[in-house]
Amino acid sequence: MTGNLTKLLIIVAAFIIVGMVTFTVDQTEQAVVLQMGKPVRTVFEPGLHLKLPWPIQTVVTFERRLLDYDAAPTEILTKDKKNLVVDNYAKWRIIDPLKFLMTVHDENGAQARLDDIIYSELREALGLHDLEEIVSLFREELMSMVTSASDSSARDYGIEVLDVRIKRADLPEQNERSIYARMRAERKRIANRYRSEGEEEAIKIRAVTDSLKVIIMANAYKKAKIIRGKAEASAIDIYAAAFNRDPEFYEFFRTLEVYKSIIDTATVIVLPPESELFKFLK
Amino acid sequence: MKIPKRTVSIGGELFEVPDLVSIFGKGLWGIILVVAVIWALSGFYIVRPDQQGVIRRFGKYIAKTSPGIHWHIPYPVEKVDRPRVEQVKRVEIGFRTVDPGPPARYSDRPNESLMLTGGLNIINCDVIVQYKIIEAEDYLFKVRDQENTIRFASEAALRQVIGKHNIDEALTTGKSQIQSETRSQIQSILDRYQAGILVKAVQLQDVHPPAAVVDAFKDVASAREDLNRLINQAEGYRNDVIPRTRGEAEKLVKEAEAWAAERITKAEGDAENFTRILNEYRKAREVTRRRMFLETMEQILPGVRKYILRTSEKSSLMNVLGLPGWVEPPKGGAR
Repeated sequence: MTGNLTKLLIIVAAFIIVGMVTFTVDQTEQAVVLQMGKPVRTVFEPGLHLKLPWPIQTVVTFERRLLDYDAAPTEILTKDKKNLVVDNYAKWRIIDPLKFLMTVHDENGAQARLDDIIYSELREALGLHDLEEIVSLFREELMSMVTSASDSSARDYGIEVLDVRIKRADLPEQNERSIYARMRAERKRIANRYRSEGEEEAIKIRAVTDSLKVIIMANAYKKAKIIRGKAEASAIDIYAAAFNRDPEFYEFFRTLEVYKSIIDTATVIVLPPESELFKFLK
Repeated sequence: MKIPKRTVSIGGELFEVPDLVSIFGKGLWGIILVVAVIWALSGFYIVRPDQQGVIRRFGKYIAKTSPGIHWHIPYPVEKVDRPRVEQVKRVEIGFRTVDPGPPARYSDRPNESLMLTGGLNIINCDVIVQYKIIEAEDYLFKVRDQENTIRFASEAALRQVIGKHNIDEALTTGKSQIQSETRSQIQSILDRYQAGILVKAVQLQDVHPPAAVVDAFKDVASAREDLNRLINQAEGYRNDVIPRTRGEAEKLVKEAEAWAAERITKAEGDAENFTRILNEYRKAREVTRRRMFLETMEQILPGVRKYILRTSEKSSLMNVLGLPGWVEPPKGGAR
């Protein structure tokens, strides 16, 4: 029985000892080994590692993954003296755990330091440009400028700044109001343009229509006149050809017809006795 | 399971040990075996169809496993993560789904959705970003706070893209371009972070002008309708006038043609009539002439009031003027 107990104790003791002289570094971590509080080496490689047992050597682990830095929105003055409320974030990672440990100690310390670095870089970069340039044109360039400047300052703390980006860039309320006023004016202009363009187009269409109407009617008038003129000419020809065969008889014949048409019941005729008709009355 | 062969005496501080031995009554090897079996069994795990298994040994990534049942060396040696690589997740910008419903309820986040466009206008934009894990290993080990990372990248990319487009593009024609630009922008940001994420789609849900200026935008829409209405009315006028004018013109021409036909035909008729009469007349000139004169007189004189003078003196003509009924001759005439 005591033999078994001894064996058990040996196994337990073996586990404890193994636990004391090894440590694991996760895939997401990196570590600094401290000997009596003094850093002696850095472990980047994940896996199982050896060390001297506590309390001689202790291990501090740090994140290896990309970390968030999310600042509170701050007002920054642009070159054209406009306030911009910038909400930016940054992505950073610890690339030198030893330096990191000695300068900023932990992530909270790092956040505070990044606040200083990124804010000042951002303010400087945005101060070089007008608001519209920041919004539309140079966002990408500005950000990579801020990123590389922040990165080189952060290297002193064992930190790599991979990316600084503006999440949101809004205008303070009074600037917002002036933008709204401008937007409204712009829309008004567009609306007016549409309406006057509509009128312009409508007037054009009506004018073309009216002129077309006049032209069509004039052409028709011309055509009608030509037709009538030709017909009149033909009629004259026809009459002349017929009547020329005996102009004297034509005159007589035609005069009789004229009598028929001009003399009606309202006519008074005074006939002298010498008239052809009454020569037999005498 | 390896058991140490050599034994070293340390002393009897642990008093539970004899108890355990007596409970199992099988000796130390039995206990160790049972513990070992339980430990070993804890190494079984199931990877569901939408998952992928990612194995770390002493913290170091060693392998991925596909859906099914698997075994790994149990804690503390190996550890398994099972990210859901087939699931499409989404980030909502400008709103949050409170209750997927139906009916779905959303809450608005105006500070997220208001953004500056090119030309310094402000627009309200609700967006959904759909993504999935494409590289489980990167997703787990390269970036902390993955969800936040994706949200931040999405917001930054969206604002950057919207800032490059003017408000009219964002409201109307440029939507699909903005979507694809934003998608590739988010993807390139996340690739830079090695986030192991595939951005599947960016969808502009609701893009509208801010409430403060929405009436001005509506007025533009109605102005555009006014434009169309004015043009349509003018075209209506044209479509009414031109055909009618063409009709009138045609009428004018047809009337002239009719008149011409009538004129010529009548002239021909008159000529023919005259020619025939002339031909007859030529056969007996004097008689025909007299007959024609008399017939005409006969035709016209009956209805006419006539005064026949006895002499041809001028004075007798004057007498006629004093005759009764001269001023207003009765119908039918007098003798």
